[in-house]
Amino acid sequence: MSKAAALEVAIEPLGDCALLLRFGEGLDAVANERVHAALHTLHAAGLPGVVDLVPAYATLALHYRPEVWTDSNGRVPWRNIAAAVRVIFRTPPIPAPRDDAIIEIPVCYGGAFGADLEALAAYAKLEAETIVARHAAATYRVAMIGFAPGFPYLFGLDPALHMPRRPSPRTRVPAGSVAIGGAQTGIYPTELPGGWQLIGRTPLVLFDAGREPPILLAAGDRVRFVAIDESRFHELAGT
Amino acid sequence: MSVEVIKPGLLTTLQDRGRHGCAMLGVGTAGAMDDVALRLSNALVGNAPDAAALEITLIGPRLRFLSATTMALAGAEFPARIGDEKIPMWQPVAVDRGAVLDVGTARHGARACLAIGGGFVVEPTLGSASTDVNAQLGGRALHAGDRLTALAPAVAHGRALRWSLDPRPWFDPDAARPLRLIRGTHFDALDDASRRALFEGEFRVGSDSNRVGFRFEGPVLRLGAPIEMVSEPLATGTLQLPPGGQPIALMVERPTVGGYPRIGQIAAIDLPRLAQRRPGESVRFEEIDLAAAQTRYLERESALDRLIGAIGERLTA
Repeated sequence: MSKAAALEVAIEPLGDCALLLRFGEGLDAVANERVHAALHTLHAAGLPGVVDLVPAYATLALHYRPEVWTDSNGRVPWRNIAAAVRVIFRTPPIPAPRDDAIIEIPVCYGGAFGADLEALAAYAKLEAETIVARHAAATYRVAMIGFAPGFPYLFGLDPALHMPRRPSPRTRVPAGSVAIGGAQTGIYPTELPGGWQLIGRTPLVLFDAGREPPILLAAGDRVRFVAIDESRFHELAGT
Repeated sequence: MSVEVIKPGLLTTLQDRGRHGCAMLGVGTAGAMDDVALRLSNALVGNAPDAAALEITLIGPRLRFLSATTMALAGAEFPARIGDEKIPMWQPVAVDRGAVLDVGTARHGARACLAIGGGFVVEPTLGSASTDVNAQLGGRALHAGDRLTALAPAVAHGRALRWSLDPRPWFDPDAARPLRLIRGTHFDALDDASRRALFEGEFRVGSDSNRVGFRFEGPVLRLGAPIEMVSEPLATGTLQLPPGGQPIALMVERPTVGGYPRIGQIAAIDLPRLAQRRPGESVRFEEIDLAAAQTRYLERESALDRLIGAIGERLTA
């Protein structure tokens, strides 16, 4: 992405108290990078009456209070705030302070920690050790946080490791489970129901409402997985 | 000042106006389902609109007041009494120390808010007192034996509490009136029959409807052609269409993003009305355009502001 270019944005209403800003389509790393740049730009702009900014893969929601965006001409609030957003994106975005540090996530792969590793090995026609080596070799980018508090969706999964979700979701996936759902990999921050294939578990705590910041990984962060054994897992987990 | 929970009722939780500014952490808003009932119950006891109050669901709690205070109930129609005395809704009620309040089973609607003077004291989680039952954030549903503390009331009441609000603009017991729905991004992707069925058909609130979302059973809605979609942000009131064809309206404990087509959006003015629908009740949708929905919203907000201002003057007069 050229740093000097203005961001092209399509604005659509998301009901009567939010706008959806679109910067591309699909699971596209370039569109996702634009979303993060737009998020930073909107934070810096500090538009009044904005209650939440929610980055996703290629879109970003701006939740606002309509009563703050009335005008004397009787134009409805969503047109006023959409016009203000367009003005912001007429000039090039403020580059996000990019932290290229790679956050390492220790993972104990397979066994009781990754109940679907063998199934993935069979599906991918690879040895389990190869799956682990490939999963831990890549560098990932957090595309967005969603589904549940602190759940990171990561870009960068080796195509050889893509595998569809389980036909019927588990009612309980343990906290810290590292999993694969289609072309994506992610980490269950807390015990949750879920349909992704479980390949390992991290002893790190991804979400803690009492911690500052509450999330370990934020949208835009770079991540690498590091294989650890069970005794190291327990040591790190304090169990 | 404190309140002891003798019986919790079906689902009684502490709620304020919600947890905002945390959606990028994947944290939903939670907060009172009927935000108008929350604001008015708080106003009636002299609290700020976003003070923490109890949200009561279908079957109310039994509470013991360990000090004298003022309380107010607003929202769905619940019978309530202290001893032999009936406790009216939509007005401030002075409560003696040791009084035991019994809130019964809702006659109309599903949820009411119970505010007490000063508001409940809750250690905020990510800036809010709200309980997110689904995400298990900010506390939990009340249990028997829980003890809640409250601040001292901001307004001292004499005996002059013999007035009440007219609930009609703020609580609609008529479950037959349609909910106003704005066309969503993917409305046009519905097939012809489904576009008609959405506004002409009759739906029923599914039994698994809760603070996360309301499932509507009725005509099966179909897309004209499949849509390739990745997860996109959602709003409270978004009407999603999962592959089974039964739409889901997302409520306050919704996820922040989702990957199903968004066929509609319940107008913000009708979210408190949807929050009052019970499983099994019928629901119809009536189309409203975005401009009209926002105009009605602004009218409602100014009417509420005027009313809350007038209540405040009454309380301090």
